[in-house]
Amino acid sequence: MHKNVFMRVAAVASSIVMLASVAACGDNAGTDTGGSAASSSSSVNISGEFAGAGASSQKSAVDAWIAGFQQKYPDAQIAYDPSGSGAGVNSFLQGNALWAGSDASLSDDQVSQSSSRCANNTTAFDIPVYISPIAIVYNLSDAGLNGSDKHVQLSADTVAKIFDGKITKWNDDAIKAENPDITLPDLAITPVYRSDKSGTTKNFQNYLSQAAPDSWTYKPGENWPGSAGQGASGTSGVISTVKQAQGTIGYADASQAGDLGTVAVKVGDKYVPYSAEAAAKVVDASPEDSSAKGDNRVVIKIDHATTADGAYPVVLVSYDVACPAYEKSSDAQFVKEWLTYVVSEDGQKTAADNAGSAPMSDTLRQKVLASINNIKTE
Amino acid sequence: MSSNTAKTASGAPRRGHGDHGADKVFRYVATGAGVLILAVLAAVAVFLLIEASPVFTGDHAKVQETIESFTGDKAHSFWQYVAPLIFGTVLVSALALIVAFFIAIGIALFISQYAPKKLATALNYVIDLLAAIPSVIYGLWGGLVLVPHIYGFWNWVNKYLGWIPIFGSDPATGAISNPPRTIATVSLVLAVMILPIITSMSRDVFVRAPRLQQEAALALGATKWEMIKLAVLPFGRSGVVSASMLGLGRALGETMAVLMILSPGRTFSWHLLLAAQHQTIAANIAAQFAESNNMGVSVLIASGLVLFVITFVVNFIARKLTDKEVQ
Repeated sequence: MHKNVFMRVAAVASSIVMLASVAACGDNAGTDTGGSAASSSSSVNISGEFAGAGASSQKSAVDAWIAGFQQKYPDAQIAYDPSGSGAGVNSFLQGNALWAGSDASLSDDQVSQSSSRCANNTTAFDIPVYISPIAIVYNLSDAGLNGSDKHVQLSADTVAKIFDGKITKWNDDAIKAENPDITLPDLAITPVYRSDKSGTTKNFQNYLSQAAPDSWTYKPGENWPGSAGQGASGTSGVISTVKQAQGTIGYADASQAGDLGTVAVKVGDKYVPYSAEAAAKVVDASPEDSSAKGDNRVVIKIDHATTADGAYPVVLVSYDVACPAYEKSSDAQFVKEWLTYVVSEDGQKTAADNAGSAPMSDTLRQKVLASINNIKTE
Repeated sequence: MSSNTAKTASGAPRRGHGDHGADKVFRYVATGAGVLILAVLAAVAVFLLIEASPVFTGDHAKVQETIESFTGDKAHSFWQYVAPLIFGTVLVSALALIVAFFIAIGIALFISQYAPKKLATALNYVIDLLAAIPSVIYGLWGGLVLVPHIYGFWNWVNKYLGWIPIFGSDPATGAISNPPRTIATVSLVLAVMILPIITSMSRDVFVRAPRLQQEAALALGATKWEMIKLAVLPFGRSGVVSASMLGLGRALGETMAVLMILSPGRTFSWHLLLAAQHQTIAANIAAQFAESNNMGVSVLIASGLVLFVITFVVNFIARKLTDKEVQ
């Protein structure tokens, strides 16, 4: 009998639990996750939560910038989601991010879409904030070629053939001819590329197709066009794949190269290993892209085929995308202060120290600041 | 025994007249739970259909543009887009099942027939533990530990079994992919992942094989293996088939492990040891989702619908198979 009573209680209890859980499911739909809690309207102090998203190549620089920015404005909570250039610009256009980092400049289509994102019928603009060399990394540690003072020397033409699967061995005659001083192993080459859409991919291909037009006939885009080798997701995926086997070669933001070997690229008659200064040289030697339509935009047309002395032409210019006007003045205030800090001498030096990027020149900074000052904060 | 009391609780109709109230409530709640699962399934199907519909009814040019941007101009229509994904999904799941099936049956037979009681308990515990490891951990393990270390094994396979086309080398380089972020490595990891499900279900069936028949077989002079062949395996066959289908279901939908190990590609290649040849539907959705616009999401959901249908078909076939076995 006792057992029966127990069973009845158990049955009722379990039914209540089930009903409750069903009810709980219904409740969830109504709750609002809430937007950013920016509320301060003070013009001097910036506080609240601010979110940005975009290029993963900028990640380490943005982390350093956030730390630097918070020294000035301790009440500002800033988050950056390194979801990729395309994803970042999308979430910016949808209003989920205040600014976006992007390895590619905006397309005309994106600029016209942005009029619904920005206030006062303005359209978004992009400014260069992060100039970084793209390292061509390889793993030949068993052959003792991985050190930072040793570089395999390659011309653009050879790099293009390697990544296209036309040169398949490290001791190929073409590679040997360019590296008379080192012994190359008899080892298969595995090119590693980005399997996701990537601004790094586009910039790298821009270099290949401009500097080696005969060997790289694909049209540069954010997708990798070739079929040789294997793909990996994100900069970190490429680096970890390259590290996992001997004979691999890949391309990645130089700040992530770590202890992998890096290629010295042929420019003119010399071979130039990557460095921040060498990357800055090619940016200074490059003209502004006059075909970019829209107000306030500063887009650089990198001259990848440059022969300027000591320039490293495999370079990535990453942009920040923002609006000239926002619905909330606190948002506008933040974006203006944030971008001003990012491009300032101090901000560029912080990025150079922490992410190995190339600080922008004063002439470029003046142009960029003119755009930033057009952000309306009232 | 606690299992006894549980039986009385569910066998409600046998109970006395006094407790109709609680009885009714429990019955409605149980029915509700049953209806709920149907409703959820219907909701998922309807969601997939609605969200995927722009791909089939919407602007063709836009669909084509989206798919071209996903694949870098390599596919132009939806079916061109999903066909290699279907191939990859089915191939990797089938391989995982083939690997896991025999090992799982072996473990289950060992636990139920050979192992001493204490060891069997310990093994049961370990297998349940294995089933509880989240797939992202398998993915990390596979991607960071297994991939660099399994190259030697695949190289050995290629050297001695390379004459079988599926283990052949890349004609362009004359070697297999290194690091081996290939369909072969992925299917091994998936096999480990589905092993616990198949093992524990098969073990449960084998344990329940009629004792009398087993003893009769032994009494007639059968060896232990003959007894298993005569009395245990035929009894467990339908259970083992449904266990395998559950495992296959998990392998079909597995996302993280594939995403973290496989170098994706879009071919119909049978070369298991070459990277950048295959991709699965689930991993493709996860990889592309972050960068998709509205139409892109529709295309991905439509591919999810295809996966839904594949899973359904697999389950349907499994049902047919087990029904036949039972008769």
